[in-house]
Amino acid sequence: MKKIISYVLILVSLFSFFALTGCGKKYEATLIVYNWGGPYMSEGSNDTVDLNKRFEEKYNVKIKYRTYDSNEAMYAKIKNGGAEYDIIIPSDYMVARLIEEDLLEKLDFSNIPLFETNIMDEFKNRDYDPKNEYSVPYSWGLVGIVYNKKLVKEPVDSYSILWDKKYADNVLMFNNPRDAFAVAQTLLGYSQNTTNKDEIKECYDKLLAQKDVVQGYYMDEIYEKMINEDAAIATYYAGDALVMMEENENLAFAYPKEGTNRFGDAFCIPKGSKNKKWAETYINFMLEGENALLNSEVTGYCTPNSAAFELLDEETKNNELMYPSEDYLKKCESFIHLPSEINTYVQDLWINIKTED
Amino acid sequence: MKNKALAIPHIVWSIVFIVVPLCFVLYFAFTADDGSFTLSWFLEAGRFAGVFARSLKLALIATVICLVVGYPMAYIISRTSWITQKTLIMLIMLPMWMNFLLRTYAWMTLLEKNGIINNILEALGIFNLLGITEPLKMINTEGAIIIGMVYNFLPFMIIPLYNIMVKIDNSLIEASRDLGCNGFNVFRRVLLPLSVPGIINGITMVFVPAASTFVISQKLGGAKNMLIGDLIDIYFMGGEPNFHIGSVLSLILMLIILICMAFMKQSDEEVML
Repeated sequence: MKKIISYVLILVSLFSFFALTGCGKKYEATLIVYNWGGPYMSEGSNDTVDLNKRFEEKYNVKIKYRTYDSNEAMYAKIKNGGAEYDIIIPSDYMVARLIEEDLLEKLDFSNIPLFETNIMDEFKNRDYDPKNEYSVPYSWGLVGIVYNKKLVKEPVDSYSILWDKKYADNVLMFNNPRDAFAVAQTLLGYSQNTTNKDEIKECYDKLLAQKDVVQGYYMDEIYEKMINEDAAIATYYAGDALVMMEENENLAFAYPKEGTNRFGDAFCIPKGSKNKKWAETYINFMLEGENALLNSEVTGYCTPNSAAFELLDEETKNNELMYPSEDYLKKCESFIHLPSEINTYVQDLWINIKTED
Repeated sequence: MKNKALAIPHIVWSIVFIVVPLCFVLYFAFTADDGSFTLSWFLEAGRFAGVFARSLKLALIATVICLVVGYPMAYIISRTSWITQKTLIMLIMLPMWMNFLLRTYAWMTLLEKNGIINNILEALGIFNLLGITEPLKMINTEGAIIIGMVYNFLPFMIIPLYNIMVKIDNSLIEASRDLGCNGFNVFRRVLLPLSVPGIINGITMVFVPAASTFVISQKLGGAKNMLIGDLIDIYFMGGEPNFHIGSVLSLILMLIILICMAFMKQSDEEVML
């Protein structure tokens, strides 16, 4: 027995020895960046410029890049794992939730001077971070309707088309409660952040009635399915939709006249980061116009960065689908963090939709 | 002493990864948020009786298909030469070298409205021949879920059956023939009783994962009708997790499966007698 323990100990010590001496180069620090998968940053995949490498060379700080596929998955890691990550990029409502649960560090904006100069004013002090102490906007976009012109001959300008029996078995919907309810809420004229249970119940009835028209509930798969013409209409994100239209010229994209969901992601530093100053330097680096432009090109989403916006070509700047008019943006709404009671209620109704025949 | 020491890694593994999580499941299933004892979660889980029924129905259909397809397959393989056996078994294992998710995505491509199967049928003029104007609706149906289950879990049926059948001596079959058994009676009186342990193993190994799957129903079923695995998934991993209901559902599923297995064990012993 003793023998076994000593073997194990030898193995463990050998392993840690190699782990510690494994990297030959000496870095000032190591930053762990936790971002959306996808790719959601110009990080070297698909022949893009590797901004992380540029940062490593410029500041001699090692970047470890990790990805997640949903706000909730990232949240679970931050909530349980504590201080492991230095930089995260959550969406608006998740930023609010992390702030509320005291899981974010306050940023020292003297290390992020480009925030003041490069971030457009309308993206400062947003609802999810009213005093703008915890976050730096990274990207934004709108949800809209992708449709196939071969299969949909009429003009598309309302979410109501997602309920049209003509397109039975030809409609794809988002497969998560918050996004799906937002569509119904917008159509019925309610706030996407409503906490009125009667209104939510009404949206539930609406979504339940839609079930016969819906071919399937999906998230990322919508991209492939629409390109392959496996469905006629779907809800999706503007940035991706433009890429899809390049892949299949029968596809078109439209914004519903009722308004829609406006989403935004922002840099944050989770509580307990050991390299907060370097993390802030990293955020500042990503705010440089050229870098923000590269990121916006890779993600396909809009940039809140004025320096990057100036560098865009005229065609993109004037593209109503990419950068819609001020008037239309006024009709749009962003998610804020809702009380747990409401979220549970919505999730419960969502489960009902998916379990009732 | 030495032999016992060898078992330690497995015992530690089982305790850490099977017993401890099971204790958590039990704890969450029987406690309220404040930690006090309650049975209310079981009442709340009652509304999902329909989901249980659907999951078990689909798993049962998939298991029967696997058995009907896998049994003759395993028998045929077990009667071939040694080298052919090895080759055929490897071919059956081959798909399992690929990632489970990837295989399921491949079926999406096949079954889509504009997918490979529909496109081939159309190109061959079969639709025109039969006067079909719309492509076949395959994806996002219960049929697609069953196909996904059968495809993914068929090897788990064939391998245990083959392992048992390869041990059945050919002379037993010859002897029964000599004694006047026809083909059907050879199967009923010799082959079937001798292969019962393999059948039970195979059924268990197909039924259990099929009853608890969630990827297949989401990707091939369009997430329109949840299976019990989807419910457990949303209660543990969704935006508003509720470990209590998730645990209760897991526990009920485990109980149903245990009862099924005990029932099969019973009939196994009866056949043996």
